[in-house]
Amino acid sequence: MEAADPAAQDSEAAATGSPRALMSVRGLGIRFKTSQGVWRATRKIDFDVAPGERVGIVGESGCGKTITGLSILRLLPNNLAGLDGSIMFGGIDLAACSSRAMRSIRGRRIAMIFQEPMSALDPVFTVGHQIAETLRAHTSAGKEEARARAIDMLRRVGIASPERRVDDYPHQLSGGMRQRVMIAAALICGPQLLIADEPTTALDVTVQAQILELLRNLSGQSHTALMLITHDLGVVAETCTRMITMYAGEVIEDAAVDAALVRPLHPYTSGLLRALPHLSPRFGKLPSIPGRVPSIADMPNGCRFMARCRFATAGCEAEQELLDAGGGRRVRCWRFGELALPGALQHASSAPIAGTVVQQ
Amino acid sequence: MMSSTAGPKPDPIVSVRDLEVRFQTTDRRATVKAVDGVNFDVRRGETFGIIGESGSGKTTIGRALVFLLRPNAGAIRHDGIDPQVLPRREFQSHRRDYQIIFQDPNAALNPRMTILSSVLEPLELARTPSRAERLARAQDAMDRVGLPQEIGERYPHQLSGGQKQRAIIARALTLRPKLIVCDEVVAALDMSIRGDVLNLFAELQRDLGLTYVFITHDLSVVSHISNRIAVMYLGRFVELGPTPNVSERPLHPYTQALLSAAPLPLPSTMRRDRRVILRGEMPSPIDPPSGCRFRTRCQYVQAVCAEQAPGWREVAPDHWVACHFADRANFSPN
Repeated sequence: MEAADPAAQDSEAAATGSPRALMSVRGLGIRFKTSQGVWRATRKIDFDVAPGERVGIVGESGCGKTITGLSILRLLPNNLAGLDGSIMFGGIDLAACSSRAMRSIRGRRIAMIFQEPMSALDPVFTVGHQIAETLRAHTSAGKEEARARAIDMLRRVGIASPERRVDDYPHQLSGGMRQRVMIAAALICGPQLLIADEPTTALDVTVQAQILELLRNLSGQSHTALMLITHDLGVVAETCTRMITMYAGEVIEDAAVDAALVRPLHPYTSGLLRALPHLSPRFGKLPSIPGRVPSIADMPNGCRFMARCRFATAGCEAEQELLDAGGGRRVRCWRFGELALPGALQHASSAPIAGTVVQQ
Repeated sequence: MMSSTAGPKPDPIVSVRDLEVRFQTTDRRATVKAVDGVNFDVRRGETFGIIGESGSGKTTIGRALVFLLRPNAGAIRHDGIDPQVLPRREFQSHRRDYQIIFQDPNAALNPRMTILSSVLEPLELARTPSRAERLARAQDAMDRVGLPQEIGERYPHQLSGGQKQRAIIARALTLRPKLIVCDEVVAALDMSIRGDVLNLFAELQRDLGLTYVFITHDLSVVSHISNRIAVMYLGRFVELGPTPNVSERPLHPYTQALLSAAPLPLPSTMRRDRRVILRGEMPSPIDPPSGCRFRTRCQYVQAVCAEQAPGWREVAPDHWVACHFADRANFSPN
């Protein structure tokens, strides 16, 4: 098999990761203690993020995308049983470094924003105080300077009259403005990587468009890499250049967004795309993926998608590796070369929304 | 008025005229007009989609349609009659024909009741005569939604999200309704099973002749399954028309912005390059803007928009818009 050679090279680079990458995640796995024994939430997570790159992590609820983001910042629950693998960032292994080293990176070099800005902001402090707090914790900036920089940051995230808004409390702001404040607090130290976990899921679609544009622009201007965690393939398509698909705790596909949308290599990625109503003829029967994700307590040994896959055959019950598919793509399906799977354009001519786009 | 539309129309199953629903704020100092003068008909056997963002009043309309809320003004008629004038007993049996299903399947099922007892409950409340009849009808409803009989013995926590939503649909079907209001019924489901539940709704409509009012914020869902779409903004309809018109050739600037804001899962070469990104967010419904409610975010706003609320006009057959400039072929942004 052709893919064998590059895959072997890949595993050689396993210990150090790619030299050009901002962050190299290798063999990352998270184990939790539960009353029913130790469960593996994720395993064998491998990916790189280049400086300034915008990467989308997509998957459905329970696939491990959120916990992967949290484990990069080591924001893990108390019942953690262990973290496997490595997360190389600027020469430091975030999976193994001291809590003290982690604290100096968290918020300064890697920042994170969450789905629900109201629960991430403290209701008893002004937004200006909360933005400045990050800066004062990590730099020697004094009170006045921190305030001035907070106002400047509020302006950069598109908040009108920031001199006035800086003294507002979170409840005085709308949902979209709160998310802008979160972004301001996350970016004030000029991090190299911003992890955004479903940052627009709680927002209306017109406000979502504003926030996604803001994230795209800020990432471009300040060369901050963006790791956008979402269930929404449309959000990834509009914001990111690369898309990593997760299923049942594993990375199953990693490709440039356009390539993954047009010609997905994993049957699950293809199934997700085909299930989107935009891409089906109006009133037509929507394709769906039968069955459900296997339980975390009872994962199959081989391909984890096998029970729901219409291409499953003898050989799929073997352990699946993330194979090099050429052109910087990787896929966890040994049959990727022989399957010609439909992507987002398969129904384009008859699909109503895609149709309008072509006309414009 | 709606009756002036071209061509013959069958009797609507629901007709709504000048509907207003108001709420007091908790401090009782202000009134929120959640729905403020809405007119529409729902035709028998169709799927009528209502799309809007949070706070637009779409959920309030849905609740008012099945009289979970009493309108403060205006009229809602079911099959030509106003259910509110019916005696209590008749009103109760009447409303069995008009069901509602909500977004969160976890909140809609009692965790301490088995699925079968939840599905049976409406039949018991409706005093369906014999236990055998009740069981037969509950099991028939579960068959229809594709839930095997053994699921009936289970409790909600033992079911997946999709199975729970199916159980809730089965429960709504037991009383053989004519119309179901579906309020964000697939929003809580994962993408891979959303299609299954939408297919089920379509199949039930075909087999049972159901009418749906489908309320959602998700444009792709509403345009896939609806015959007609109404677009709601700050308590009012801004546009209403056949799905192809509204979703492909929208006339109201808000509908145009809503369409262009929806993120599309298409490769970069096929995406729109000119997006309309709206300024700001929806104003408070406590103190809505004068005149046209969308004017504060509209890129085409003129002086008249602040002075005068636009009329609700039929600008093409069956296509209604509330915008002073809707019949201009192309307006240019300010």
